[in-house]
Amino acid sequence: MSRIKSGFLRQLLSSFIDLLPILAVVSVFQLLVIQQPFPDLANLLTGIILVTLGLTLFMYGLELALFPIGDSMAYAFARKGSVFWLVVFAFALGFGTTIAEPALLAVSVKAASIAAEGGAIINSQTAQDSYALGLRLTVAFAVGLAIIIGVLRILRGWSLQYLIIAGYLGIIIMTRFAPPEIIGIAYDSGGITTSTITVPLVTALGIGLASSIQGRNPVTDGFGLIALASLTPMIFVMLYGILI
Amino acid sequence: MDVLSQLSAALLNSIRDILPIMAILIGFQLLVLRKPVPNLQRVIVGFFAVLFGITLFIQGLEMALFPLGEVMATQLTNPGFILESTGYTADAWQGYLWVYLFAAAIGFATTLAEPSLIAVATKAEQISAGGIDAWGLRMAVALGVAFGIALGTYRIVTGTELWVYIIAGYLLVLIQTAFAPKMIIGLAYDSGGVTTSTVTVPLVTALGLGLASSVPGRNPLMDGFGLIAFASLFPIIAVLGYAKIAEWRARSGKTRIK
Repeated sequence: MSRIKSGFLRQLLSSFIDLLPILAVVSVFQLLVIQQPFPDLANLLTGIILVTLGLTLFMYGLELALFPIGDSMAYAFARKGSVFWLVVFAFALGFGTTIAEPALLAVSVKAASIAAEGGAIINSQTAQDSYALGLRLTVAFAVGLAIIIGVLRILRGWSLQYLIIAGYLGIIIMTRFAPPEIIGIAYDSGGITTSTITVPLVTALGIGLASSIQGRNPVTDGFGLIALASLTPMIFVMLYGILI
Repeated sequence: MDVLSQLSAALLNSIRDILPIMAILIGFQLLVLRKPVPNLQRVIVGFFAVLFGITLFIQGLEMALFPLGEVMATQLTNPGFILESTGYTADAWQGYLWVYLFAAAIGFATTLAEPSLIAVATKAEQISAGGIDAWGLRMAVALGVAFGIALGTYRIVTGTELWVYIIAGYLLVLIQTAFAPKMIIGLAYDSGGVTTSTVTVPLVTALGLGLASSVPGRNPLMDGFGLIAFASLFPIIAVLGYAKIAEWRARSGKTRIK
């Protein structure tokens, strides 16, 4: 019990240290550069306590649940030996976690209003809603596909560099043909798809797979899933912009 | 009391976000793998810790940091402040000196607090048996984000094309990849995607929108985008560079590979 407690306290301290730079930046700019007092000090302090506690609990749960479950499922799939089910799982994980992503929801709504303003779609609520939904499905599909490619890469031992280079070339070519108003959204969509829960799970899955397959090295082969999941949405969103 | 009702609303939100992931994990575990989860009790406790952790984290950010960040973004991009602090008018890029500095500083600081980056860095350190230093990796990523966001705000102010920067950045990544130690490549590419989640995105978006609405001739709808892309690209460059430097230093025999 006392070991758990001291571990918790240590994690609490390290979470607080992780947050200190933000506090320093915000204080220096607010007090010295803008030269204004903090608008709501009580809320600020409560918020900091909540953030510190939250980060601590998250790190705790990460080691207890997210890492082990990603690991153990990767081992179980490797032992089962069914590439088909692994691919289905990879797609479900990528698609399922992305479609529910709040940041993606916000961006797709904004993208729809840009498209309506630019005249790409009719300026009505229904048209905007269906555009936004289509965009979300596109991004979620792209992430699902990325996890499939990434998992197959680990299984087959394909080189990550060549996949990434091909992806970059894809982005460069698509940029040439995509309507200008979609480009900013497309580039940003790569960064927002990977949420705080998805990243540890997917990372553990990749590393687990790489360590359970003979001839793969977890460090060189285990990473790369997140990279692919940030890359394919850019290509697919631009494709969406060209087609719609 | 107000805090409590906000917290329970936030908890419902997190549950809704986690539910699809749980459904997929449980569905495959029961129907496809058909094996009991090892240490089921620990895993359940851990999932609750993650759920409450994310809830408190986001609620705290929404109470403390996001409103403050928005106020600061508006204040820093206000033409009156720009004229007073730098002597330039709002249409000169030099007038935004404090904005660039703020962008770099806040990008650096929020990246160090980004939970998914902490997770990936911890994992990398564990599996490389200390060959990759979690703290060094996070510093490299944070420096990359800082530079990326500062450059991104400069781009919004000057109104240059986004794709020029992005494609130039990709070319740099490709050249670096050819020379980088093989071990770091996957991790470096991944670090681009993990930097931009819970903390960084809302703050940076507020900054981009504030800038695009105060710089004359910019349209917030069109020009506010792109900062996230910068924040995902430059960490890759920074981590590849960091690995190269670490390799050189190790080769010259002064320090161990970090």
